[in-house]
Amino acid sequence: MNCRAEVLEVSVEGRQVEEAMLAVLHTVLLHRSTGKFHYKKEGTYSIGTVGTQDVDCDFIDFAYVRVSSEELDRALRKAVGEFKDALRNSGSDGMGQISLEFYQKKKSRWPFSDECIPWELWTIKVNVVNLANEQERQICREKVGEKLCEKIINIVEVMNRHEYLPKMPTQSEVDNVFDTSLKDVQPYLYKISYQITDSLGTSVTTTMRRLIKDTLAL
Amino acid sequence: MDTDLSSQDRKDLDKFIKFFALKTVQVIVQARLGEKICTRSSSSPTGSDWFNLAIKDIPEVTHEAKKALAGQLPAVGRSMCVEISLKTSEGDSMELEIWCLEMNEKCDKEIKVSYTVYNRLSLLLKSLLAITRVTPAYRLSRKQGHEYTVRVGTVGTPVGTITLSCAYRINLAFMSTRQFERTPPIMGIIIDHFVDRPYPSSSPMHPCNYRAGEDNGAVYPSVEDSQEVCTTSFSTSPPSQLSSSRLSYQPAALGVGSADMGYPVLFAGGLNAAHPHQLIGPGKEGGVPPTPSQPAHGTQADQERMCTPLDGVHYSAATPSSSEDTETVSNSSEGKCGSPHDLLETIFIRKVGAFVNKPINQVTMANLDIPFAMFAPKNVELEDNDPMVNPPESPETESPLQGSLHSEGSSGSSTGNTHDDFVMIDFKPAFSKDDILPMDLGTFYREFQNPPQLSSLSIDIGAQSMAEDLDSLPEKLAVHEKNVKEFDAFVETLQ
Repeated sequence: MNCRAEVLEVSVEGRQVEEAMLAVLHTVLLHRSTGKFHYKKEGTYSIGTVGTQDVDCDFIDFAYVRVSSEELDRALRKAVGEFKDALRNSGSDGMGQISLEFYQKKKSRWPFSDECIPWELWTIKVNVVNLANEQERQICREKVGEKLCEKIINIVEVMNRHEYLPKMPTQSEVDNVFDTSLKDVQPYLYKISYQITDSLGTSVTTTMRRLIKDTLAL
Repeated sequence: MDTDLSSQDRKDLDKFIKFFALKTVQVIVQARLGEKICTRSSSSPTGSDWFNLAIKDIPEVTHEAKKALAGQLPAVGRSMCVEISLKTSEGDSMELEIWCLEMNEKCDKEIKVSYTVYNRLSLLLKSLLAITRVTPAYRLSRKQGHEYTVRVGTVGTPVGTITLSCAYRINLAFMSTRQFERTPPIMGIIIDHFVDRPYPSSSPMHPCNYRAGEDNGAVYPSVEDSQEVCTTSFSTSPPSQLSSSRLSYQPAALGVGSADMGYPVLFAGGLNAAHPHQLIGPGKEGGVPPTPSQPAHGTQADQERMCTPLDGVHYSAATPSSSEDTETVSNSSEGKCGSPHDLLETIFIRKVGAFVNKPINQVTMANLDIPFAMFAPKNVELEDNDPMVNPPESPETESPLQGSLHSEGSSGSSTGNTHDDFVMIDFKPAFSKDDILPMDLGTFYREFQNPPQLSSLSIDIGAQSMAEDLDSLPEKLAVHEKNVKEFDAFVETLQ
């Protein structure tokens, strides 16, 4: 199966990186999370309820909706925080990208490790700009807010094409499709990685510990 | 082949659609109440959370929605619309958004009702949650009810305490309807702007009027400012042209069971509009009002007519007593601005294509609520001024030098230029001889410097063929719709 790939690009000021990334990632995950499954006998299951909440951005004239799950929010904030630090410390001219990949696990026979087959990949390319004065910053607040509105519309458009989604799994397979580690919601299995483009244009790949853990896990 | 739904499926589907409609209304209305919404996730299903989403049910909203639905379901030909309106304290009312839930005939017979349709409806509700925060009305609604008041001071007297305070808006709303008559619809929700765009996903956020301002030179001095201000105007309808023009229909014409949500009605912050005062500015000096700068090479024939509404703007807003002037002025113009009420609606109906430098008088055209009314053959003379149809002619007959001076002039100065500032310079290239050809190099260069004008854009042919094209559009659309399956199959093969 082909992996559906979507690329979004944003130009933001340094302070806005975190909120912009969180807005996009949360919007995607809102669509890709369900309630917790509770399997009953005969292979049927019931689904828990997903709550939502509004988030206002401090540095951007923008608000978005995210899933009401503190664990998920923490995980995303951690990833975005690392991305932001890497961007800042790289000394490059502020270009990088963060990727959110949804995958399915396919169990392989020993000694091979489980395969991770991606089925949707969202890449957000970020270009950090430096602004000289307060007036420019004010304009940037509004402009980035508008841009993010467009991105949300793009995301919603892709989501509502109703293209491939993994089949609803049986109880034994649920961990191959969904991330069941959270206690209140159940997103599809996902991983976040990022790359910083250094000034020479070559990419220096940095991945989160979680990604490494996944690929090396046997 | 079993083409009919089983009765259980049918019942389920009806239930899903009913609750989907009710939940849609809840989401939209709650998003416009001005509060931050927060609901909790619950890992154990409560049984009352439709579509596995925690969406509160406000009883009044449910009641209104059920009343509007009147026991029927949204079905083919019966759409449900939620209209969000802005009401200022002066009593002016304006539609901000219309959310439409509709059904068309395209059936998916193989889809499973209980699981797939349900889950996709759930996904659609999540998308609705996301999108309701994205339109400008959300920010407006969050600001509503905020009172911006400043207490100037108080003075105690033996009979009472004199207090002086100011309540102010931070965004300039449209003023009284009388002034609104005169101001050009800079507020205009330009609906079919994205007709011209090949990429619908990026289009509908911005009205194109300020783009028109950028591209052709600001016609009205305030357009530049209203760019920032107008960023809160919008078009939220999906990219299809037909639904986009729905914003032009009067509310009464909207689908059966339109739910008029009285809920989020009071917005203390107004919607941004042009600063009428700035519009007054240049004209206040008296004398000839600045001509709206036209594409310098377009036909100037109707410039007179186009000036007059602008005159009206400049003169009327300054003194309320001169309203009678403006009445006559506006009557004489093609604009036919009728009662303020009418104009409030025409604000929305103004359909202008991209990059069009439209004078006010063309608003009437759009009173005929047909899409692309601008291009209908009735008002041919309007098209003379439409750069889409008659683009600024390339400077064939003048020197290129002058041509470039002109274009700089028209885009640079917003208060209008006369041609007196420009000097005709004859282009005499060095070493040119005119023995062989009767044409000299300079003429040759000027004539062939630019690509020839497209014949389809020339006035006579352009207007007619565009009208013909438009007429044949419904048939073409019908043909395409029939072939939809083929197209889909083709697209599948590409993936």
